[in-house]
Amino acid sequence: METRGLRLVGRYVLLVALAFVVLFPIYVALVAAFKPGNEVFKDPLVPGPFTLDTITDAWEQGNLGRALTNSAVVAVIVTVLQVVTSVLAAYAFSFLRFPGRSIVFGIFVATLLIPFEATVVVNRRTIEDLGWLNSFQGLAVPFVATAFGTFLIRQVFVTLPTDMRDAARMDGLGHWGFLREVALPLVRPSVGALALFSFLATWNQYLWPTVITTEQDWNTVQSGLRALAQANLDQPNLVIAGTIIVAVPIFVILLVFQKQLVRGLTAGAVKG
Amino acid sequence: MRRLRESIVALVMLAPSLVVLGVFVIYPLGRAVVLGQQRCDPSGRTCESNGWDQYVDVFRSNEFQDALWVTLKFALITVPIGLALGVGLAVLADKHLRGIGVFRTIFSSTVATSVAVASLMWLFLLNPAVGVLADWIGGVAKEPGLLRDPDTALWAVSATSVWANLGFTFIVVTAALQGVPRELYESAYVDGANGWGRFVNVTVPMLGPTLLFVTVVLTSRAFQAYGEFDLLTGGGPQGRTTTLTYLIYGNNSIVKSQEGLKAAVAVLLFLLLLIVSAVQFRMVSRRVHYGN
Repeated sequence: METRGLRLVGRYVLLVALAFVVLFPIYVALVAAFKPGNEVFKDPLVPGPFTLDTITDAWEQGNLGRALTNSAVVAVIVTVLQVVTSVLAAYAFSFLRFPGRSIVFGIFVATLLIPFEATVVVNRRTIEDLGWLNSFQGLAVPFVATAFGTFLIRQVFVTLPTDMRDAARMDGLGHWGFLREVALPLVRPSVGALALFSFLATWNQYLWPTVITTEQDWNTVQSGLRALAQANLDQPNLVIAGTIIVAVPIFVILLVFQKQLVRGLTAGAVKG
Repeated sequence: MRRLRESIVALVMLAPSLVVLGVFVIYPLGRAVVLGQQRCDPSGRTCESNGWDQYVDVFRSNEFQDALWVTLKFALITVPIGLALGVGLAVLADKHLRGIGVFRTIFSSTVATSVAVASLMWLFLLNPAVGVLADWIGGVAKEPGLLRDPDTALWAVSATSVWANLGFTFIVVTAALQGVPRELYESAYVDGANGWGRFVNVTVPMLGPTLLFVTVVLTSRAFQAYGEFDLLTGGGPQGRTTTLTYLIYGNNSIVKSQEGLKAAVAVLLFLLLLIVSAVQFRMVSRRVHYGN
């Protein structure tokens, strides 16, 4: 019994120590973000004197209000459209018979193997030719459909018994009606997971916004942080205040949507 | 008649995805393959063929070979360490202890940091002028700084990346651990297996598919990592952190204004990732134990 108690204590000690290690970078950032400019170079681990000036400076210099708005708009556009395109495509693959189905499916699978990083050179040209540099379309449109989302939703659709569809047809329900009234309500948890996943992925995009925007007004949070960092190499605390501003909304969102996050992240693991 | 109508409905439903995937995923890859054998003027608009052996030349060039090596090293450092730490934390926190929820939230927390946020936090941490880590570690950490020393730069970026991905690995493995039936642990316990024995004989086999999934994701993230290098090192010092992605997109890249060569590197990166994932799936399809 005594060794068990000791083990328990040991486990807690280990957990606390590891929690400190994981949180350490965040702690240091928080301390620095709420200190005045020069204080940051002495005792970086000790909080205070407390000020909000660094945060407001970062907000103004980095034009972060604008960047947050841009990121939110782009992420919402991508999320909504990705859910729509994924549900529709998944429905077609699950409930409809049409010529060339396996070929089209094969094309979807193949796109999963193409890393986005290999296509950016050409995609930038396409966006430029469309006149979409520095625009919401340019930031969002390339991502409004994914094979990942399609497969995630299809995975649930294919578990629905075929009798269900047949019964619905007897009741005179067409495909659109069946989708809206029967199939969609059943995949709601997966839709939630997909939505959170695509929101997060879009919000976190780094390479694409830096390639596709040339004007400060079109910075997303990530490219805005990059600009802030490059303009203030000698003011590390200002930059760190910017990262706190950008990180907080996502922290809050993830805390609220923990369940969807776990589903979204583990979706690939259970996919056959 | 019904078949025709079904086909039309299918076309309508698939069209949005097909258009987007066609224009922004499939076409650009095909176009990049062609562009990869061309030489372009600095505007990137006028290109002419330079022959397919341009791919061979690019592959053989010192710049590509160096970047390939850096990329492989980065993956070989970050994937095993990230996996081990994530699994370790998940196993440690997979107990019905008081307050375990707090620890789980903490260990998951880095999932909320984007690459820019994580990189800038570590840039601050490693900044010798601020001296959070530099004062403790001393030596090169103080002067010229871990990110500026050619011997440590890649390791410093790797630490950032491992930290940033830890939350993802922890969450996925924790979810999988909850699916492992308790009876398996109990019977292993009855059979006299100690903690390590239970981990090796129960946890690891049951986690098989999840470990594969995490490995694949971490590997592909490592090969595609860009933001860390852009923000922390700019590909330096002395090209020691110029990965393939940095070679394509980096501001300090030697091929910065040569669209044809950039496309060639991008296509080679695609092929590399294809080979890596094929190898991973082969290796694992032989080893993974799916439950039952």
